[in-house]
Amino acid sequence: MSTATQPLRFYPLRDSATMLRRNLKHMLRYPSMTVMLVGMPIVFLLLFVYVFGGTMGAGLGGESAGRAQYANYVAPAIILMTITATIQGTAISVAMDMAEGVIARFRTMHIARVSVLTGHVIGSMVQALISLAVVIGVALLVGFRPSAGVGEWLAATGFLLIVTFALVWLAVALGQVSKSVETASNLPMPLVLLPFLGSGFAPTDSMPAGLRWFAEYQPFTPIIETLRGLLMGQAIGANAWLALGWCAVIALGGYLWSKKLFNREFSG
Amino acid sequence: MTTHSAISATGLRKSFGDHVVLDGLDLDVAPGTVFSLLGANGAGKTTTVKLLSTLISADGGSARVAGHDVATEPDAVRASIGVTGQFSAVDNLLTGAENLRLMADLHHLGRADGRHRVADLLDRFDLTEAAGKPASTYSGGMRRRLDLAMTLVGSPRVIFLDEPTTGLDPRSRRGMWQIVRELVAEGVTIFLTTQYLEEADELADRIALIDHGRLVAEGTAAELKRRVPGGHVLLRFPDAPSLEAAARDLGQVTRDNDALALRVPSDGSVRALRDLLTRLADRAIEVDELSVHTPDLDDVFLALTGNPKDEKVAS
Repeated sequence: MSTATQPLRFYPLRDSATMLRRNLKHMLRYPSMTVMLVGMPIVFLLLFVYVFGGTMGAGLGGESAGRAQYANYVAPAIILMTITATIQGTAISVAMDMAEGVIARFRTMHIARVSVLTGHVIGSMVQALISLAVVIGVALLVGFRPSAGVGEWLAATGFLLIVTFALVWLAVALGQVSKSVETASNLPMPLVLLPFLGSGFAPTDSMPAGLRWFAEYQPFTPIIETLRGLLMGQAIGANAWLALGWCAVIALGGYLWSKKLFNREFSG
Repeated sequence: MTTHSAISATGLRKSFGDHVVLDGLDLDVAPGTVFSLLGANGAGKTTTVKLLSTLISADGGSARVAGHDVATEPDAVRASIGVTGQFSAVDNLLTGAENLRLMADLHHLGRADGRHRVADLLDRFDLTEAAGKPASTYSGGMRRRLDLAMTLVGSPRVIFLDEPTTGLDPRSRRGMWQIVRELVAEGVTIFLTTQYLEEADELADRIALIDHGRLVAEGTAAELKRRVPGGHVLLRFPDAPSLEAAARDLGQVTRDNDALALRVPSDGSVRALRDLLTRLADRAIEVDELSVHTPDLDDVFLALTGNPKDEKVAS
Protein backbone atom coordinates (compact mmCIF):
# COMPACT_ATOMS: atom_id res chain seq x y z
CA MET A 1 0.00 0.00 0.00
CA SER A 2 1.24 3.46 -0.77
CA THR A 3 2.32 5.43 2.26
CA ALA A 4 3.32 8.51 0.30
CA THR A 5 1.80 11.49 2.05
CA GLN A 6 0.05 13.59 -0.53
CA PRO A 7 -1.61 16.63 0.94
CA LEU A 8 -5.30 15.89 1.50
CA ARG A 9 -7.44 18.79 0.46
CA PHE A 10 -10.76 19.79 1.94
CA TYR A 11 -13.51 21.58 0.06
CA PRO A 12 -15.72 23.15 2.73
CA LEU A 13 -17.65 25.39 0.32
CA ARG A 14 -18.33 22.66 -2.21
CA ASP A 15 -19.30 20.18 0.51
CA SER A 16 -21.54 22.78 2.18
CA ALA A 17 -23.30 23.39 -1.13
CA THR A 18 -23.82 19.63 -1.49
CA MET A 19 -25.22 19.36 2.03
CA LEU A 20 -27.43 22.41 1.43
CA ARG A 21 -28.94 20.67 -1.60
CA ARG A 22 -29.53 17.63 0.61
CA ASN A 23 -31.30 19.71 3.28
CA LEU A 24 -33.42 21.60 0.75
CA LYS A 25 -34.53 18.27 -0.73
CA HIS A 26 -35.46 17.11 2.77
CA MET A 27 -37.65 20.19 3.18
CA LEU A 28 -39.37 19.51 -0.14
CA ARG A 29 -39.95 15.85 0.77
CA TYR A 30 -41.22 16.72 4.21
CA PRO A 31 -43.30 19.86 3.61
CA SER A 32 -45.61 19.39 6.61
CA MET A 33 -42.86 20.65 8.90
CA THR A 34 -42.38 23.84 6.88
CA VAL A 35 -46.13 24.41 6.80
CA MET A 36 -46.43 23.87 10.56
CA LEU A 37 -43.54 26.20 11.28
CA VAL A 38 -44.96 29.06 9.21
CA GLY A 39 -48.47 28.34 10.52
CA MET A 40 -47.61 28.95 14.15
CA PRO A 41 -46.64 32.64 13.88
CA ILE A 42 -49.65 33.24 11.61
CA VAL A 43 -52.00 31.77 14.21
CA PHE A 44 -50.40 33.97 16.88
CA LEU A 45 -50.67 36.99 14.61
CA LEU A 46 -54.41 36.42 14.01
CA LEU A 47 -54.95 35.69 17.71
CA PHE A 48 -53.21 38.83 18.88
CA VAL A 49 -54.67 41.14 16.26
CA TYR A 50 -58.30 39.93 16.28
CA VAL A 51 -58.80 38.42 19.76
CA PHE A 52 -56.60 40.59 21.98
CA GLY A 53 -55.95 43.45 19.57
CA GLY A 54 -58.84 45.72 20.52
CA THR A 55 -58.16 45.61 24.26
CA MET A 56 -54.37 45.59 23.98
CA GLY A 57 -54.42 48.46 21.51
CA ALA A 58 -56.52 50.55 23.92
CA GLY A 59 -53.89 49.88 26.59
CA LEU A 60 -51.13 51.32 24.44
CA GLY A 61 -52.65 54.77 24.86
CA GLY A 62 -52.43 57.66 22.46
CA GLU A 63 -55.15 59.22 20.32
CA SER A 64 -55.38 56.48 17.65
CA ALA A 65 -55.28 53.60 20.15
CA GLY A 66 -57.00 50.43 18.97
CA ARG A 67 -56.68 47.22 16.96
CA ALA A 68 -54.84 48.91 14.09
CA GLN A 69 -52.22 50.38 16.37
CA TYR A 70 -51.72 47.06 18.13
CA ALA A 71 -51.22 45.29 14.80
CA ASN A 72 -48.34 47.65 14.16
CA TYR A 73 -47.00 47.09 17.66
CA VAL A 74 -47.16 43.30 17.64
CA ALA A 75 -46.03 42.61 14.03
CA PRO A 76 -42.27 42.89 14.74
CA ALA A 77 -42.67 40.38 17.58
CA ILE A 78 -44.56 38.01 15.29
CA ILE A 79 -41.86 38.43 12.66
CA LEU A 80 -39.27 37.47 15.25
CA MET A 81 -41.44 34.55 16.31
CA THR A 82 -41.27 33.33 12.70
CA ILE A 83 -37.53 33.00 13.18
CA THR A 84 -37.80 31.20 16.52
CA ALA A 85 -40.35 28.80 15.00
CA THR A 86 -37.97 28.10 12.11
CA ILE A 87 -35.09 27.33 14.43
CA GLN A 88 -37.31 24.99 16.42
CA GLY A 89 -37.62 23.12 13.12
CA THR A 90 -33.83 23.31 12.72
CA ALA A 91 -33.29 21.66 16.12
CA ILE A 92 -35.82 18.94 15.25
CA SER A 93 -34.32 18.18 11.84
CA VAL A 94 -30.76 18.20 13.22
CA ALA A 95 -31.79 15.76 15.97
CA MET A 96 -33.56 13.55 13.41
CA ASP A 97 -30.55 13.69 11.15
CA MET A 98 -28.09 12.76 13.90
CA ALA A 99 -30.14 9.64 14.61
CA GLU A 100 -29.79 8.59 10.95
CA GLY A 101 -27.09 6.15 9.93
CA VAL A 102 -26.10 8.36 7.03
CA ILE A 103 -24.42 10.77 9.46
CA ALA A 104 -22.17 7.91 10.60
CA ARG A 105 -21.34 7.40 6.94
CA PHE A 106 -20.39 11.09 6.58
CA ARG A 107 -18.10 10.69 9.59
CA THR A 108 -16.16 7.90 7.91
CA MET A 109 -15.74 9.95 4.72
CA HIS A 110 -13.02 12.39 3.81
CA ILE A 111 -15.21 15.50 3.68
CA ALA A 112 -15.22 18.88 5.37
CA ARG A 113 -17.10 17.82 8.50
CA VAL A 114 -18.56 21.23 9.24
CA SER A 115 -20.47 21.03 5.95
CA VAL A 116 -22.99 18.68 7.58
CA LEU A 117 -23.83 21.56 9.95
CA THR A 118 -23.52 24.44 7.49
CA GLY A 119 -25.93 22.59 5.20
CA HIS A 120 -28.50 22.75 7.99
CA VAL A 121 -27.69 26.38 8.81
CA ILE A 122 -28.03 27.69 5.26
CA GLY A 123 -31.05 25.47 4.61
CA SER A 124 -32.78 26.89 7.68
CA MET A 125 -31.95 30.42 6.59
CA VAL A 126 -33.57 29.80 3.22
CA GLN A 127 -36.59 28.37 5.02
CA ALA A 128 -36.69 31.38 7.38
CA LEU A 129 -36.62 33.82 4.45
CA ILE A 130 -39.60 32.10 2.83
CA SER A 131 -41.51 31.97 6.13
CA LEU A 132 -40.73 35.62 6.82
CA ALA A 133 -42.07 36.64 3.41
CA VAL A 134 -45.30 34.71 4.04
CA VAL A 135 -45.79 36.00 7.60
CA ILE A 136 -45.04 39.63 6.66
CA GLY A 137 -47.47 39.23 3.77
CA VAL A 138 -50.24 38.04 6.11
CA ALA A 139 -49.38 40.81 8.58
CA LEU A 140 -49.83 43.41 5.84
CA LEU A 141 -53.21 41.85 5.02
CA VAL A 142 -54.45 42.10 8.61
CA GLY A 143 -53.53 45.74 9.03
CA PHE A 144 -49.78 46.02 9.60
CA ARG A 145 -48.83 49.40 8.15
CA PRO A 146 -45.04 49.86 8.33
CA SER A 147 -43.62 53.25 7.42
CA ALA A 148 -40.33 51.80 6.15
CA GLY A 149 -38.96 52.79 2.77
CA VAL A 150 -36.83 50.60 0.49
CA GLY A 151 -33.66 51.33 2.46
CA GLU A 152 -35.26 50.44 5.79
CA TRP A 153 -36.74 47.26 4.35
CA LEU A 154 -33.33 46.20 3.07
CA ALA A 155 -31.77 46.99 6.43
CA ALA A 156 -34.55 45.08 8.19
CA THR A 157 -34.04 42.05 5.91
CA GLY A 158 -30.31 42.07 6.56
CA PHE A 159 -30.92 42.43 10.27
CA LEU A 160 -33.39 39.52 10.27
CA LEU A 161 -30.86 37.36 8.43
CA ILE A 162 -28.23 38.15 11.07
CA VAL A 163 -30.67 37.26 13.86
CA THR A 164 -31.62 34.03 12.04
CA PHE A 165 -27.98 33.11 11.47
CA ALA A 166 -27.20 33.48 15.18
CA LEU A 167 -30.26 31.60 16.44
CA VAL A 168 -29.88 28.82 13.86
CA TRP A 169 -26.35 28.03 15.08
CA LEU A 170 -27.73 27.84 18.60
CA ALA A 171 -30.50 25.53 17.36
CA VAL A 172 -27.98 23.27 15.59
CA ALA A 173 -26.24 22.82 18.94
CA LEU A 174 -29.56 22.22 20.74
CA GLY A 175 -30.54 19.65 18.12
CA GLN A 176 -27.28 17.79 18.64
CA VAL A 177 -27.40 17.88 22.41
CA SER A 178 -30.91 16.34 22.33
CA LYS A 179 -31.08 12.62 22.81
CA SER A 180 -34.46 12.43 21.07
CA VAL A 181 -36.60 14.36 18.63
CA GLU A 182 -39.05 15.20 21.46
CA THR A 183 -36.26 16.85 23.46
CA ALA A 184 -35.14 18.68 20.35
CA SER A 185 -38.60 20.20 19.88
CA ASN A 186 -38.78 21.22 23.55
CA LEU A 187 -35.30 22.65 24.07
CA PRO A 188 -35.80 25.77 21.91
CA MET A 189 -39.17 26.49 23.61
CA PRO A 190 -37.67 29.19 25.89
CA LEU A 191 -36.56 31.01 22.73
CA VAL A 192 -40.12 30.91 21.44
CA LEU A 193 -41.39 32.31 24.75
CA LEU A 194 -38.74 34.99 25.24
CA PRO A 195 -40.43 37.60 22.99
CA PHE A 196 -43.42 37.43 25.38
CA LEU A 197 -41.16 38.27 28.31
CA GLY A 198 -39.79 41.31 26.52
CA SER A 199 -41.16 44.25 24.62
CA GLY A 200 -42.70 42.02 21.95
CA PHE A 201 -46.35 42.02 22.98
CA ALA A 202 -46.56 44.75 25.60
CA PRO A 203 -44.35 47.69 26.55
CA THR A 204 -41.91 46.75 29.32
CA ASP A 205 -42.88 49.74 31.45
CA SER A 206 -46.29 48.15 32.01
CA MET A 207 -44.65 45.15 33.76
CA PRO A 208 -43.90 44.61 37.49
CA ALA A 209 -40.39 45.57 38.60
CA GLY A 210 -38.62 42.16 38.54
CA LEU A 211 -40.07 41.06 35.21
CA ARG A 212 -39.48 44.51 33.78
CA TRP A 213 -35.79 44.31 34.71
CA PHE A 214 -35.53 40.91 32.98
CA ALA A 215 -37.52 42.10 29.95
CA GLU A 216 -35.29 45.10 29.43
CA TYR A 217 -32.04 43.18 29.62
CA GLN A 218 -32.86 40.02 27.69
CA PRO A 219 -31.57 39.82 24.10
CA PHE A 220 -34.96 39.79 22.38
CA THR A 221 -35.96 43.24 23.57
CA PRO A 222 -33.20 45.16 21.73
CA ILE A 223 -33.75 42.86 18.73
CA ILE A 224 -37.48 43.65 18.65
CA GLU A 225 -36.88 47.35 19.29
CA THR A 226 -34.35 47.51 16.43
CA LEU A 227 -36.77 45.79 14.07
CA ARG A 228 -39.63 48.01 15.25
CA GLY A 229 -37.46 51.06 14.76
CA LEU A 230 -36.54 50.04 11.21
CA LEU A 231 -40.08 49.15 10.15
CA MET A 232 -42.08 51.77 12.03
CA GLY A 233 -39.65 54.66 11.73
CA GLN A 234 -39.03 54.97 15.48
CA ALA A 235 -35.79 55.89 17.19
CA ILE A 236 -33.48 52.86 17.53
CA GLY A 237 -30.68 54.35 19.60
CA ALA A 238 -28.33 51.88 21.27
CA ASN A 239 -30.68 48.99 20.60
CA ALA A 240 -29.09 48.21 17.22
CA TRP A 241 -25.63 47.77 18.74
CA LEU A 242 -27.02 45.78 21.66
CA ALA A 243 -28.94 43.53 19.25
CA LEU A 244 -25.95 42.98 16.96
CA GLY A 245 -23.74 42.32 19.99
CA TRP A 246 -26.17 39.70 21.27
CA CYS A 247 -26.31 38.12 17.80
CA ALA A 248 -22.52 37.96 17.60
CA VAL A 249 -22.32 36.30 21.02
CA ILE A 250 -25.13 33.83 20.25
CA ALA A 251 -23.73 32.98 16.80
CA LEU A 252 -20.19 32.42 18.05
CA GLY A 253 -21.34 30.45 21.08
CA GLY A 254 -23.73 28.35 18.99
CA TYR A 255 -21.09 27.70 16.35
CA LEU A 256 -18.38 26.65 18.80
CA TRP A 257 -20.81 24.52 20.81
CA SER A 258 -22.16 22.86 17.64
CA LYS A 259 -18.69 22.10 16.35
CA LYS A 260 -17.62 20.64 19.66
CA LEU A 261 -20.74 18.47 19.81
CA PHE A 262 -20.29 17.23 16.25
CA ASN A 263 -16.66 16.28 16.84
CA ARG A 264 -17.31 14.45 20.08
CA GLU A 265 -16.88 10.70 20.13
CA PHE A 266 -19.41 8.93 17.96
CA SER A 267 -21.83 7.02 20.16
CA GLY A 268 -24.39 5.69 17.72
CA MET B 1 4.92 -7.38 7.12
CA THR B 2 2.92 -4.57 8.62
CA THR B 3 3.85 -2.02 5.96
CA HIS B 4 2.35 -4.23 3.25
CA SER B 5 -0.84 -5.01 5.12
CA ALA B 6 -4.13 -3.43 4.13
CA ILE B 7 -5.16 -3.47 7.76
CA SER B 8 -3.03 -4.15 10.79
CA ALA B 9 -3.78 -3.72 14.46
CA THR B 10 -1.75 -4.34 17.57
CA GLY B 11 -3.17 -4.67 21.05
CA LEU B 12 -6.37 -2.70 20.37
CA ARG B 13 -8.27 -2.01 23.55
CA LYS B 14 -11.59 -0.29 24.07
CA SER B 15 -13.90 -0.04 27.06
CA PHE B 16 -17.23 1.66 27.48
CA GLY B 17 -17.32 2.51 31.18
CA ASP B 18 -16.53 -0.68 33.10
CA HIS B 19 -17.41 -2.84 30.14
CA VAL B 20 -14.31 -4.05 28.31
CA VAL B 21 -15.29 -4.54 24.67
CA LEU B 22 -11.89 -5.08 23.06
CA ASP B 23 -9.18 -6.63 25.15
CA GLY B 24 -5.94 -6.48 23.17
CA LEU B 25 -6.90 -7.31 19.60
CA ASP B 26 -4.23 -8.08 16.98
CA LEU B 27 -5.10 -8.22 13.29
CA ASP B 28 -3.25 -8.46 10.03
CA VAL B 29 -5.06 -8.38 6.70
CA ALA B 30 -3.26 -8.80 3.37
CA PRO B 31 -4.32 -6.51 0.50
CA GLY B 32 -6.84 -7.90 -1.95
CA THR B 33 -8.21 -10.50 0.43
CA VAL B 34 -11.39 -11.02 2.38
CA PHE B 35 -10.83 -11.13 6.10
CA SER B 36 -13.76 -12.17 8.23
CA LEU B 37 -14.20 -11.34 11.86
CA LEU B 38 -16.60 -13.89 13.21
CA GLY B 39 -18.30 -13.70 16.55
CA ALA B 40 -21.57 -13.66 18.47
CA ASN B 41 -23.49 -10.48 19.25
CA GLY B 42 -21.52 -8.38 21.70
CA ALA B 43 -18.20 -10.06 20.95
CA GLY B 44 -16.69 -6.75 19.77
CA LYS B 45 -17.08 -6.96 15.99
CA THR B 46 -18.79 -3.64 15.41
CA THR B 47 -16.50 -1.86 17.88
CA THR B 48 -13.53 -3.14 15.87
CA VAL B 49 -15.02 -1.75 12.66
CA LYS B 50 -15.73 1.60 14.35
CA LEU B 51 -12.15 1.81 15.58
CA LEU B 52 -10.63 0.90 12.21
CA SER B 53 -12.94 3.27 10.32
CA THR B 54 -12.04 6.23 12.61
CA LEU B 55 -15.52 6.55 14.11
CA ILE B 56 -14.19 6.05 17.63
CA SER B 57 -10.70 6.12 19.12
CA ALA B 58 -8.98 3.27 20.91
CA ASP B 59 -8.06 3.31 24.61
CA GLY B 60 -4.85 1.47 23.80
CA GLY B 61 -2.94 -0.18 20.99
CA SER B 62 -2.52 1.05 17.45
CA ALA B 63 -3.93 0.34 14.02
CA ARG B 64 -3.05 1.18 10.44
CA VAL B 65 -5.47 1.05 7.54
CA ALA B 66 -4.31 1.43 3.91
CA GLY B 67 -0.92 2.46 5.21
CA HIS B 68 -2.14 5.21 7.54
CA ASP B 69 -2.39 5.35 11.30
CA VAL B 70 -6.05 5.63 12.36
CA ALA B 71 -5.20 7.80 15.37
CA THR B 72 -2.78 10.28 13.80
CA GLU B 73 -3.92 10.34 10.15
CA PRO B 74 -7.68 9.77 10.31
CA ASP B 75 -8.34 11.87 7.20
CA ALA B 76 -5.95 9.81 5.08
CA VAL B 77 -7.66 6.65 6.37
CA ARG B 78 -11.10 8.10 5.55
CA ALA B 79 -9.95 8.95 2.04
CA SER B 80 -9.07 5.27 1.41
CA ILE B 81 -11.95 3.38 3.01
CA GLY B 82 -15.63 2.69 2.54
CA VAL B 83 -17.94 1.52 5.29
CA THR B 84 -21.22 -0.32 4.94
CA GLY B 85 -22.84 -1.79 7.94
CA GLN B 86 -25.40 -1.77 10.63
CA PHE B 87 -24.58 1.80 11.61
CA SER B 88 -23.69 3.17 8.20
CA ALA B 89 -26.70 3.84 6.05
CA VAL B 90 -28.64 5.67 3.42
CA ASP B 91 -30.56 8.94 3.47
CA ASN B 92 -34.17 7.82 3.73
CA LEU B 93 -35.72 11.03 2.41
CA LEU B 94 -33.66 10.96 -0.78
CA THR B 95 -34.19 8.62 -3.71
CA GLY B 96 -31.69 5.90 -4.57
CA ALA B 97 -30.22 7.97 -7.41
CA GLU B 98 -30.04 11.08 -5.20
CA ASN B 99 -28.22 9.13 -2.50
CA LEU B 100 -25.62 8.04 -5.02
CA ARG B 101 -25.36 11.54 -6.50
CA LEU B 102 -24.82 12.89 -2.98
CA MET B 103 -21.86 10.55 -2.62
CA ALA B 104 -20.55 11.51 -6.07
CA ASP B 105 -20.73 15.20 -5.09
CA LEU B 106 -18.99 14.57 -1.77
CA HIS B 107 -16.21 12.76 -3.62
CA HIS B 108 -15.97 15.77 -5.94
CA LEU B 109 -16.50 13.78 -9.09
CA GLY B 110 -17.21 16.03 -12.03
CA ARG B 111 -20.78 16.37 -13.27
CA ALA B 112 -20.36 13.93 -16.18
CA ASP B 113 -18.16 11.51 -14.21
CA GLY B 114 -20.63 11.55 -11.36
CA ARG B 115 -23.58 10.87 -13.62
CA HIS B 116 -21.80 7.93 -15.25
CA ARG B 117 -20.75 6.47 -11.93
CA VAL B 118 -24.29 6.74 -10.54
CA ALA B 119 -25.81 5.11 -13.63
CA ASP B 120 -23.19 2.30 -13.58
CA LEU B 121 -23.76 1.55 -9.91
CA LEU B 122 -27.56 1.63 -10.22
CA ASP B 123 -27.27 -0.84 -13.06
CA ARG B 124 -24.71 -3.06 -11.35
CA PHE B 125 -26.75 -3.27 -8.15
CA ASP B 126 -30.01 -3.80 -9.99
CA LEU B 127 -31.51 -0.55 -8.71
CA THR B 128 -32.18 1.26 -11.98
CA GLU B 129 -35.90 0.63 -11.77
CA ALA B 130 -36.15 1.92 -8.20
CA ALA B 131 -33.71 4.79 -8.75
CA GLY B 132 -36.41 7.47 -8.55
CA LYS B 133 -38.12 6.15 -5.41
CA PRO B 134 -37.25 7.33 -1.88
CA ALA B 135 -34.88 4.96 -0.06
CA SER B 136 -37.43 4.69 2.77
CA THR B 137 -39.63 2.58 0.45
CA TYR B 138 -36.84 0.08 -0.33
CA SER B 139 -36.84 -3.53 0.87
CA GLY B 140 -34.07 -4.72 3.19
CA GLY B 141 -32.08 -6.26 0.34
CA MET B 142 -32.39 -3.13 -1.81
CA ARG B 143 -31.28 -0.90 1.04
CA ARG B 144 -28.16 -2.98 1.60
CA ARG B 145 -27.39 -2.89 -2.09
CA LEU B 146 -27.86 0.88 -2.19
CA ASP B 147 -25.76 1.19 0.96
CA LEU B 148 -22.91 -0.77 -0.61
CA ALA B 149 -23.27 1.08 -3.91
CA MET B 150 -22.89 4.39 -2.01
CA THR B 151 -19.74 3.03 -0.39
CA LEU B 152 -18.31 2.19 -3.83
CA VAL B 153 -18.84 5.63 -5.38
CA GLY B 154 -15.46 6.77 -4.07
CA SER B 155 -13.66 3.60 -5.27
CA PRO B 156 -12.27 2.75 -1.81
CA ARG B 157 -9.29 0.41 -1.53
CA VAL B 158 -10.43 -1.04 1.77
CA ILE B 159 -14.08 -1.78 2.46
CA PHE B 160 -15.56 -2.57 5.83
CA LEU B 161 -18.72 -4.62 5.69
CA ASP B 162 -20.30 -4.84 9.11
CA GLU B 163 -22.77 -7.73 9.08
CA PRO B 164 -23.81 -6.96 5.50
CA THR B 165 -26.36 -9.77 5.28
CA THR B 166 -27.90 -9.77 8.75
CA GLY B 167 -31.66 -9.83 8.30
CA LEU B 168 -31.56 -10.54 4.56
CA ASP B 169 -33.45 -13.39 2.90
CA PRO B 170 -31.33 -16.21 1.42
CA ARG B 171 -31.58 -14.91 -2.13
CA SER B 172 -30.49 -11.36 -1.25
CA ARG B 173 -27.69 -12.86 0.84
CA ARG B 174 -26.36 -14.82 -2.12
CA GLY B 175 -26.58 -11.71 -4.28
CA MET B 176 -24.52 -9.82 -1.70
CA TRP B 177 -21.93 -12.60 -1.63
CA GLN B 178 -21.61 -12.43 -5.40
CA ILE B 179 -20.96 -8.70 -5.21
CA VAL B 180 -18.29 -9.21 -2.55
CA ARG B 181 -16.54 -11.79 -4.75
CA GLU B 182 -16.57 -9.35 -7.68
CA LEU B 183 -15.05 -6.61 -5.53
CA VAL B 184 -12.24 -8.87 -4.38
CA ALA B 185 -11.58 -9.84 -7.98
CA GLU B 186 -11.01 -6.12 -8.63
CA GLY B 187 -8.32 -6.04 -5.94
CA VAL B 188 -10.26 -4.44 -3.10
CA THR B 189 -9.54 -5.54 0.46
CA ILE B 190 -12.64 -6.53 2.41
CA PHE B 191 -12.98 -6.60 6.16
CA LEU B 192 -16.18 -8.48 6.83
CA THR B 193 -17.84 -9.06 10.16
CA THR B 194 -20.51 -11.67 10.43
CA GLN B 195 -22.25 -13.91 12.88
CA TYR B 196 -22.93 -16.44 10.13
CA LEU B 197 -20.34 -19.18 9.92
CA GLU B 198 -21.54 -20.11 6.47
CA GLU B 199 -20.87 -16.59 5.22
CA ALA B 200 -17.29 -16.56 6.53
CA ASP B 201 -16.77 -20.02 5.05
CA GLU B 202 -18.09 -18.89 1.65
CA LEU B 203 -16.24 -15.61 1.32
CA ALA B 204 -13.25 -15.27 3.57
CA ASP B 205 -9.62 -16.01 2.78
CA ARG B 206 -8.88 -15.83 6.46
CA ILE B 207 -11.20 -15.99 9.42
CA ALA B 208 -10.67 -14.68 12.93
CA LEU B 209 -12.90 -15.82 15.74
CA ILE B 210 -13.55 -13.11 18.29
CA ASP B 211 -14.98 -13.74 21.73
CA HIS B 212 -15.26 -11.22 24.57
CA GLY B 213 -12.97 -8.81 22.73
CA ARG B 214 -10.15 -11.28 22.14
CA LEU B 215 -9.15 -13.35 19.14
CA VAL B 216 -9.57 -17.00 20.04
CA ALA B 217 -8.46 -18.45 16.70
CA GLU B 218 -7.32 -17.29 13.30
CA GLY B 219 -6.62 -19.04 10.02
CA THR B 220 -8.22 -20.24 6.81
CA ALA B 221 -11.55 -22.04 7.10
CA ALA B 222 -9.76 -25.34 6.47
CA GLU B 223 -7.16 -24.64 9.15
CA LEU B 224 -9.80 -23.80 11.68
CA LYS B 225 -11.83 -26.90 10.90
CA ARG B 226 -8.75 -29.06 11.33
CA ARG B 227 -8.35 -27.77 14.85
CA VAL B 228 -11.57 -29.42 15.91
CA PRO B 229 -12.20 -33.17 15.98
CA GLY B 230 -15.66 -34.34 14.98
CA GLY B 231 -15.36 -35.70 11.42
CA HIS B 232 -17.18 -39.00 11.08
CA VAL B 233 -19.09 -41.34 8.79
CA LEU B 234 -22.63 -42.28 9.74
CA LEU B 235 -23.69 -45.80 8.67
CA ARG B 236 -27.29 -47.00 8.83
CA PHE B 237 -28.07 -50.74 8.76
CA PRO B 238 -31.18 -52.65 7.71
CA ASP B 239 -31.32 -54.82 10.86
CA ALA B 240 -29.79 -55.38 14.31
CA PRO B 241 -27.53 -58.33 13.31
CA SER B 242 -25.82 -56.25 10.60
CA LEU B 243 -25.32 -53.44 13.10
CA GLU B 244 -23.92 -55.91 15.60
CA ALA B 245 -21.53 -57.46 13.06
CA ALA B 246 -20.28 -54.09 11.85
CA ALA B 247 -19.82 -52.74 15.36
CA ARG B 248 -17.78 -55.82 16.30
CA ASP B 249 -15.66 -55.54 13.22
CA LEU B 250 -14.99 -51.79 13.12
CA GLY B 251 -14.09 -51.48 16.77
CA GLN B 252 -13.96 -47.79 17.83
CA VAL B 253 -17.47 -46.68 17.02
CA THR B 254 -20.43 -45.00 18.63
CA ARG B 255 -23.62 -47.06 18.46
CA ASP B 256 -27.16 -45.93 18.18
CA ASN B 257 -29.21 -49.14 18.57
CA ASP B 258 -32.61 -47.49 18.11
CA ALA B 259 -31.65 -45.91 14.79
CA LEU B 260 -29.61 -48.95 13.76
CA ALA B 261 -26.73 -46.55 13.12
CA LEU B 262 -23.00 -46.41 13.74
CA ARG B 263 -20.77 -43.35 13.97
CA VAL B 264 -17.32 -44.17 12.66
CA PRO B 265 -14.55 -41.56 13.17
CA SER B 266 -13.13 -40.57 9.79
CA ASP B 267 -11.48 -37.64 8.03
CA GLY B 268 -14.03 -38.07 5.24
CA SER B 269 -11.41 -38.63 2.50
CA VAL B 270 -12.24 -40.83 -0.49
CA ARG B 271 -9.51 -43.31 0.46
CA ALA B 272 -10.89 -43.71 4.00
CA LEU B 273 -14.39 -44.21 2.61
CA ARG B 274 -13.23 -46.75 0.07
CA ASP B 275 -11.36 -48.71 2.77
CA LEU B 276 -14.41 -48.66 4.99
CA LEU B 277 -16.80 -49.83 2.27
CA THR B 278 -14.40 -52.55 1.09
CA ARG B 279 -14.10 -53.81 4.62
CA LEU B 280 -17.88 -53.98 5.03
CA ALA B 281 -18.29 -55.66 1.62
CA ASP B 282 -15.62 -58.26 2.49
CA ARG B 283 -17.62 -59.19 5.60
CA ALA B 284 -20.85 -59.16 3.53
CA ILE B 285 -22.44 -56.67 5.88
CA GLU B 286 -25.42 -54.91 4.33
CA VAL B 287 -25.48 -51.08 4.67
CA ASP B 288 -28.62 -49.07 3.90
CA GLU B 289 -27.27 -45.58 4.04
CA LEU B 290 -24.01 -43.73 4.39
CA SER B 291 -23.36 -40.08 5.13
CA VAL B 292 -20.11 -38.16 5.66
CA HIS B 293 -19.84 -35.42 8.29
CA THR B 294 -16.83 -33.10 8.15
CA PRO B 295 -16.53 -30.64 11.04
CA ASP B 296 -18.01 -27.30 10.04
CA LEU B 297 -17.27 -23.87 11.43
CA ASP B 298 -20.16 -24.36 13.83
CA ASP B 299 -18.16 -27.09 15.55
CA VAL B 300 -15.11 -24.83 15.58
CA PHE B 301 -17.05 -21.90 16.91
CA LEU B 302 -18.75 -23.81 19.69
CA ALA B 303 -15.56 -25.65 20.63
CA LEU B 304 -13.48 -22.48 20.83
CA THR B 305 -15.89 -20.01 22.35
CA GLY B 306 -17.38 -22.32 24.95
CA ASN B 307 -20.96 -22.18 26.08
CA PRO B 308 -23.02 -20.25 23.54
CA LYS B 309 -25.56 -19.36 26.24
CA ASP B 310 -22.98 -17.12 27.95
CA GLU B 311 -22.73 -15.14 24.74
CA LYS B 312 -26.38 -14.32 24.68
CA VAL B 313 -26.23 -12.98 28.23
CA ALA B 314 -23.21 -10.87 27.37
CA SER B 315 -24.71 -9.37 24.25
